[in-house]
Amino acid sequence: MLRIKTPKSLRAKRELEKRAPRLVEFGKKTLLLHGTKTSNVLNAVLTEIYHLKKDNAVKYSRRNDNIRPFESGGETSLEFYSLKTDCSLFVFGSHSKKRPNNLVIGRTYDHHIYDLVELGVENFKSMASFSYDKKIAPLIGSKPFFAFIGEGFENNDELKHLKEILLDLFRGQVVKNLNLAGLDRVYVCTAVSATKVLFTHCALRLKKSGNIVPKMELVEVGPSMDLVVRRHRHPDESLRKEAMKIAPELTKKKEKNVSKDPIEGKIGKIYVPDQQVGNASLPFKPKGLKRERREAKEAKIEANNQSEKKQKDESIKDSEGEAIKPVEKKRKKKKDDSVDNAV
Amino acid sequence: MAEQQQQQQDGYQIDIGNLMAYDPQHQFQSIPEKREDLVKECIAHATKLIQAVADTLFSLPSTEDATGPIVPLPPPITKLPREKPLPKPAPPTKWEVFAKKKGIQNRKKDKLVFDEQTSSWKRRYGYDRVNDDNDIPIIEAKMTDEVGVDPFAKRRSEKKQRVDKQEKNRLHNLKEASKVGALPSHVQLAATALPITGTQAQPRKVSKDELQNVAGMAATSTASGGKFDKKLAGEKALKHDKKYRKFLPVVEGNGAGSLERQQTDKILNNIMAKNSHEIFNVSKAVDMYNVKSDKKRRNQQGKSSSISSKLKVKKSPYKNASKGSTKKGGSSSNRKSK
Repeated sequence: MLRIKTPKSLRAKRELEKRAPRLVEFGKKTLLLHGTKTSNVLNAVLTEIYHLKKDNAVKYSRRNDNIRPFESGGETSLEFYSLKTDCSLFVFGSHSKKRPNNLVIGRTYDHHIYDLVELGVENFKSMASFSYDKKIAPLIGSKPFFAFIGEGFENNDELKHLKEILLDLFRGQVVKNLNLAGLDRVYVCTAVSATKVLFTHCALRLKKSGNIVPKMELVEVGPSMDLVVRRHRHPDESLRKEAMKIAPELTKKKEKNVSKDPIEGKIGKIYVPDQQVGNASLPFKPKGLKRERREAKEAKIEANNQSEKKQKDESIKDSEGEAIKPVEKKRKKKKDDSVDNAV
Repeated sequence: MAEQQQQQQDGYQIDIGNLMAYDPQHQFQSIPEKREDLVKECIAHATKLIQAVADTLFSLPSTEDATGPIVPLPPPITKLPREKPLPKPAPPTKWEVFAKKKGIQNRKKDKLVFDEQTSSWKRRYGYDRVNDDNDIPIIEAKMTDEVGVDPFAKRRSEKKQRVDKQEKNRLHNLKEASKVGALPSHVQLAATALPITGTQAQPRKVSKDELQNVAGMAATSTASGGKFDKKLAGEKALKHDKKYRKFLPVVEGNGAGSLERQQTDKILNNIMAKNSHEIFNVSKAVDMYNVKSDKKRRNQQGKSSSISSKLKVKKSPYKNASKGSTKKGGSSSNRKSK
């Protein structure tokens, strides 16, 4: 037997509805957590990523023994946390002798791991170590710019993957309208070598330049670090196909020749092709329409026309404007026809 | 797209939807040894890229707002995966299928209806509604009414049945939706009882009586029958559900003799009543009668056909036909007797 289970309170219902799949999604939430051991550097990296994404992130502070994203069976509790916090991006930090300062960035689809990238953190400089005018400090939740530099992001498979993940991690919500006054941060990623990426976060200062487009100035505010790609896992091909689906409602083509009127409702324009009355079959055959006679007549007319055309061609060459006129008249006639049909 | 192509001539790939610029051609002449110099160079190049994004961004048509110019952003070019699968459309309910088949259209109804009895506006449904059955204090009796049936209780039970039916239909529709995976986000279908797998039976909830019984058995299983056991605070004395055995008095008193007689009579009656139909077995009696009459007849016939039986024993192949005829007659008579 089955029982219908519904939330007891309206608040719980609202919370469940927020988590339901939707046609157009909001920004992805990020879960930050760490394994059994983390170094000071990694602790700082996690907190600073949390600060960068504070509007849309959850940070766990406890140790997790049984999370190993790359191993089978090691992702169960990670997937559970993803379900619990409704996060579809995660940043997992761990520190071991084999892989010091290890940062695993991954995405989930339907609360199952979608893809993974493992990075080593080097040359980390925290936000606190930068000194700058605090007035230009980026605000929480502002839409960032991205600058990717280097051919590695296109040619190198790992870096190409990393570029996509970094973009997904930091881009925030997809917006339709953007307030230009709120632009205040830039993420700069440079592919230094085949596996190494320089990542830094800058504040943006708009300076007057005389024309509409202001002059951009970047001020490094941190965090800044080198990311060395270690392991990575691409999404399953079938899963990728499903995750990339766009709702058919959103990809509808514009309907042609149909307009809406508040009074008349839906109005369609119909363009009727030439009816070609001459070719219509009749129940009887009038003598005048007999083939031989008609053809003979047409041949005669053509012969006349050709002689006339020769004369006309000479006149067209003189004035092209006159030659176009008859065509325009035809078009006008057609338009009248269409209007009649519409009415 | 035209703008993007233009930018690609410049060497940059620009995705305005994500405010992203990518320079695939940049190469360092020589990577500086100091990290700070490298960062400086990167930022200098990034400024160029961002400027290129800003060029296209600020040239978009904008609307002025109190906080600043607002620009419509085109959708992003870089495709990124979804977070969750697309929501699925719920299958039509049984009623919706029926309504479509019959061409029934949903019409909006007012929430309030004018009640003529009270001459006031009342809700169509819910508390204090119009035409509420519960408001009617008297139900007029009809000729067809059954005697002894409470019409109010009947109405209540009918209402309950309708509600139950609706709930059943709702569950059915939800089940259909869950098959497709289109269950509303706030609804879950939970199993009321776990399915029994194998021979394992459901763990039963022990009732209060059963517990009392078990406790009583434990208490009385001492040598004294629990007489001297310490009772806990609030523990009641044992209940004795069964009757104590009673003996009849040994000496016959005034009514005691009749009492014993009554007892035996009762038992006898019981037995007799149970087997009363077996006392005279008609079919058995008829059988016996038939067998007896058969025996009698056989005895009479046996005297006349004694010769034939002797012939039978002396049967031999070389006997002539005249003798055989007599034998035949004998055998036929024999058959008859059988």
